[in-house]
Amino acid sequence: MSLILDHVSYTYSVGSGYEVKALNDVNLKIEDGEFIGIIGHTGSGKSTLVQHLNGLIQATSGTIYYNGADIYDKDYDRKELRTQVGMVFQYPEHQLFETTVFEDVKYGPKNQGLDDKQATLRAFEALQKVKFPEENYDASPFELSGGQKRRAAIAGVIAMKPAVLILDEPTAGLDPKGRDEILGLIREMHDKSGITIILVSHSMEDVANYVDRIIVMEKGAPLFDGAPREVFANYKKLEEIGLAAPQVTYLMHDLYDQGYPVDPQATTVEEAKQEILRVFGNR
Amino acid sequence: MGIIEAKDLVHEYYRRDEEGNVESIETAVDHVNLSVQPGQFISILGHNGSGKSTLAKHINALLLPTEGTLLVDGKDTSVEANELSIRKNAGMVFQNPDNQIIASVVEEDVGFGPENIGVPTEEIWTRVEKALKSVGMWEYRTHSPNRLSGGQKQRVAIAGVMAMEPKCIILDEPTAMLDPDGRKEVIKTAHELNRTKGVTIILITHYMEEVVDSDYVYVMEKGSVVMKGTPREIFSQVDALKQYRLDVPQVTLLADELRKAGMDIPAGILTREELLEALCH
Repeated sequence: MSLILDHVSYTYSVGSGYEVKALNDVNLKIEDGEFIGIIGHTGSGKSTLVQHLNGLIQATSGTIYYNGADIYDKDYDRKELRTQVGMVFQYPEHQLFETTVFEDVKYGPKNQGLDDKQATLRAFEALQKVKFPEENYDASPFELSGGQKRRAAIAGVIAMKPAVLILDEPTAGLDPKGRDEILGLIREMHDKSGITIILVSHSMEDVANYVDRIIVMEKGAPLFDGAPREVFANYKKLEEIGLAAPQVTYLMHDLYDQGYPVDPQATTVEEAKQEILRVFGNR
Repeated sequence: MGIIEAKDLVHEYYRRDEEGNVESIETAVDHVNLSVQPGQFISILGHNGSGKSTLAKHINALLLPTEGTLLVDGKDTSVEANELSIRKNAGMVFQNPDNQIIASVVEEDVGFGPENIGVPTEEIWTRVEKALKSVGMWEYRTHSPNRLSGGQKQRVAIAGVMAMEPKCIILDEPTAMLDPDGRKEVIKTAHELNRTKGVTIILITHYMEEVVDSDYVYVMEKGSVVMKGTPREIFSQVDALKQYRLDVPQVTLLADELRKAGMDIPAGILTREELLEALCH
């Protein structure tokens, strides 16, 4: 059970004179139940990459295997793939359109061909999962606060019971608390249901705090791929390509460079705190 | 007298039913007093729905006070005759760069504002040149805006405001949709305009790191100003900020945690250099 990208390349505007190679020979394996962060600056190919995973964009060359089957096969059921690999786009609340939140969440499962009763159950389950307040189930999506709208939009995708959930910048425009709530929710869904999560983000702090594996995209291909501490150890290179490691990583490196025996790879506030207390604690 | 003076400013949104009867009233700005001196760099923090954008829209008379007064450069925003001069003096940059750029060539976009208020053609081009140079986008003047990065688009939007030769610029979450590079670009540009051209800046943001270099910070909650002070004064109150759904820069949080764990570290650490200094002194 996995997603495999085999020599995937994608070129925009082929033959127009404005060809842009958005993906350049990408080879990746995403296992079941992973929690992955994809980072990269605007134009690095990260959005193009995830849009390949559920067949929204077809590779110019190379292929993608989902659970062992080639998704570009003639007979492959790509509609089914889209329910298996759910995608929450940036500012997903712009896509809410039904008259009530509940109807909006039901739309996906109904579209999958489930009957009304089953779709209702799915919607109920999904709204509970995202901790959407019950008293607002029948509210118009347009009356909700930013954070609630985003929850409703995520519920709409979860209601289709995807095995893989891709979220493109799910916290853009939210305040710090709202951001922590949404990310905490995603983490909880991952831990409880074992769903594979792919989080596209340009916030290094968010990614460091939540994911198990980071893929850094640069010029259409993965530049680094590993656990947050491994990836952020390359903070100088990350800076060169317009990204940055979390603030604490810099501090830990500064301390290390000045001769203090701290572990420079600490990437979260908690890790840094423990390291500093360990080394400086008795002063 | 400050360039922006809010006195007991109140703004209420009315929700009406189909017959036009008032269903509910929401007080988005609740008796706010604010005084900004010319040339200051001010930041306004607050979670979604705290009233900060509503307040910002008063500063260039996009919204008018329900109660209280707001003076921009001495002019009352609620007097209709002042509207044009207020809009010229207080330019606004919004969150989404794609909603603010209208022309198909960068320099034409920047020239749109001055043209719209009847600036003579000769002078428009001088202004466009000055404005684009001030944000470092002069070399892109003949480019198409849709080929620019998010940060570059926002700089063009700022140039568009600069071409109106405003005394103050209000930036309403200008970096919310940008990547880290774009964010740095925009904040650096705002500081440069403040430093070199003396433009008063009002920055509204969710990113605590962007606030560190401001002269003064206001924190809004439920339409009121609940905290105000220098960045150091504000960020030394980690728990209060959290209560308002906000955050502090990561190093500030780390310094605070270390202090709580018993280490001798001063409150209100803002940068990693300061924390390093405190640890290694």
